Amino acid sequence: MMENGPDLVTLLWTTLAAFLTLATFSFLYKDNPLYKIAEHLVVGVSAGYFMVLFLWTSLKPVLIDRLIDGQYWYYIPAVLGVMMWFRFSKKLGWLSRYPIAFYVGTSGVAIPLYMYNNVNRQLSSTLDLTLGFGSLAHFWNIIIVIGVLTGLVYFFFSKEHKGAFGGAAKIGIFILMIGFGASFGYTVMARISLFVQRIASLEEWGVMLYTYIFG
Amino acid sequence: MNIFVRMANLDRRWIFVFLFLVVSLAYFLRNVTSVPVNTTKEVESIYNFIEGLDPGDKILLALDYDPSSLAELHPMSRAILLHCYRQDVKVVGMTLSQYGAGMVEEVFRNVKSEAERIYGKTVEYGEEYCFLGYRPYPAFVILGMGENFRIFFPRDYYDTPLDDLPIMHRVRNYDDLECVVVIESGTAADMWLVYGSARYNMPLAFGVTGVMAPDYYPYLGNALFGLIGGWKGAAEYEKLLEQEHDANRGMLAQVVAHLVIVLFIVIGNIGYFVSRKKTKIGD
Repeated sequence: MMENGPDLVTLLWTTLAAFLTLATFSFLYKDNPLYKIAEHLVVGVSAGYFMVLFLWTSLKPVLIDRLIDGQYWYYIPAVLGVMMWFRFSKKLGWLSRYPIAFYVGTSGVAIPLYMYNNVNRQLSSTLDLTLGFGSLAHFWNIIIVIGVLTGLVYFFFSKEHKGAFGGAAKIGIFILMIGFGASFGYTVMARISLFVQRIASLEEWGVMLYTYIFG
Repeated sequence: MNIFVRMANLDRRWIFVFLFLVVSLAYFLRNVTSVPVNTTKEVESIYNFIEGLDPGDKILLALDYDPSSLAELHPMSRAILLHCYRQDVKVVGMTLSQYGAGMVEEVFRNVKSEAERIYGKTVEYGEEYCFLGYRPYPAFVILGMGENFRIFFPRDYYDTPLDDLPIMHRVRNYDDLECVVVIESGTAADMWLVYGSARYNMPLAFGVTGVMAPDYYPYLGNALFGLIGGWKGAAEYEKLLEQEHDANRGMLAQVVAHLVIVLFIVIGNIGYFVSRKKTKIGD
C-alpha cells in the first residue's frame, strides 16, 4: 500500500482474487466456464507450488545437503525412494515392492499406539470412576455410558430389535441423532465462516477500488 | 398448492440467494450490533495453561492448515500467538500442511507486528519465536521431533541452522517444551494424537475447524487438555484475551445464518408432513 492509497499492483492482485471468488461462487447457479477456470487454476498452482516447496524445504535440506556433507547412510533411503519409481516399469516393477514392504513394516509402530489412543484411552474416559459420586460430572458420565452402550446396541443386528433390546436401540438412535445434529451445526458454522471471510475480502477489494479511483 | 409444500420444493438457488443476502447484511452490521459470546471449559483450559506459563517458557505451535481453512483457523492462530507474546512465552512454529508454509510464515510475521503495536514489546525472530517450516509425511516428522527436532529440521524456514537460533538452545525434543498446540484442518490431527500424545505423552491441545471439532471432543481430558472448535472457539479465545477481532465480528453473521437454516429446515419438514398427510388422505 502506498501512502495515498493502494498501488496498482496490489489492486490488480486483489481484483484477481475477487474475480476468482465470484467465479467460484458462480457454480452455485450452475457449472460454467468461469468456474472451470478457477478450479483448474487452483489445481495447477497447487501442484506447481508443492513441487517447488518439496524440493527446497524437504529434498534439499533433509537429503541432498546431508549427502553432500558426507552422511553416506542417507543413500539407503535415497535408493529406496528411487526404487519406488520402478513401479512404472513392467520389467523392473518388482523392485518397488522392497520400499513398499519397508514402509508397511515401519507402520507396525502404529499398532500399539493406535490401540492405546483409540481404544484404551477412550474406554477409560467412558467410564471414569474417579469422578465424585453424586456430582454433575458423575451424572454426565452416566449419560455417556448409557449413550455408548445403547449406541452399540443399535448396531447389533444379530438380535431382533424388540422389547427391552429394541428400546435400548431406540435410545441409541436418539443419541446418534444428537451426535449428527452437533456435527451438522458445526459444519454449518465452518461453511459460513468461509463465506463470511470471502465477503470480507470482497468488501476489502471494493474499498480498495473506490480509494484508488476516487482517492 | 399449500405454501409450505411450495417452500419444501423451492429451487435451492433461492435459498443460496437468501442466505447470501442475510449473511452479508449481518456481516456489514458488525459494527452496529453484536452477539454475546460465552466461554467454554475446553477453550478456557488452553487460555489458562498459557496464562500460567512463566516468561521464557517455550511451546510448540503447529499451524497445520492451508489457505482453504484460513478463514476459520487464522483467528485462533492469531489469538494464541498474541497471548504467548503478551505472556513472554516463546513460540517454536512449524507446519505439516503442504500448501501452508508461505501462508503460515505470513501469519507469524503479521502477528509479530501486531503484538509489537498492541503490547509495545519487541518480538524478535530467533529470540521470541521461530518458524521451522514444512516437512512432508506427518507421522515420521512427529515421531522424529520426539527424539530431536534437528532430525527433520536441521535448518529453519529461512535456512538458518537450528543451533544458531537462541530460542532453540537447550531444545532437543518435546520434553523441553511446556506443551504442543496444534491448529489443524487435516488428517495430521490423528497423527499428533497417535504418534505424538500416545507415544511421547506431551501436553497437547487442538484448535480445529468446525467440521472436525465433534470428532475430537472424545479426546478431551485423556489426550487433549483443551480444544478450540471453529469460529465460536476462536471468538471465545479472543474474548478471554480481550482482543476481539475477526471471529467475534463474524458471530452475528453466524447466528443469523444458523437461524435462517433452522427456519428452512422447519419449513421443509412442515411441507414434508403436510404433503405426506395429503397423500394419505388421497389413498
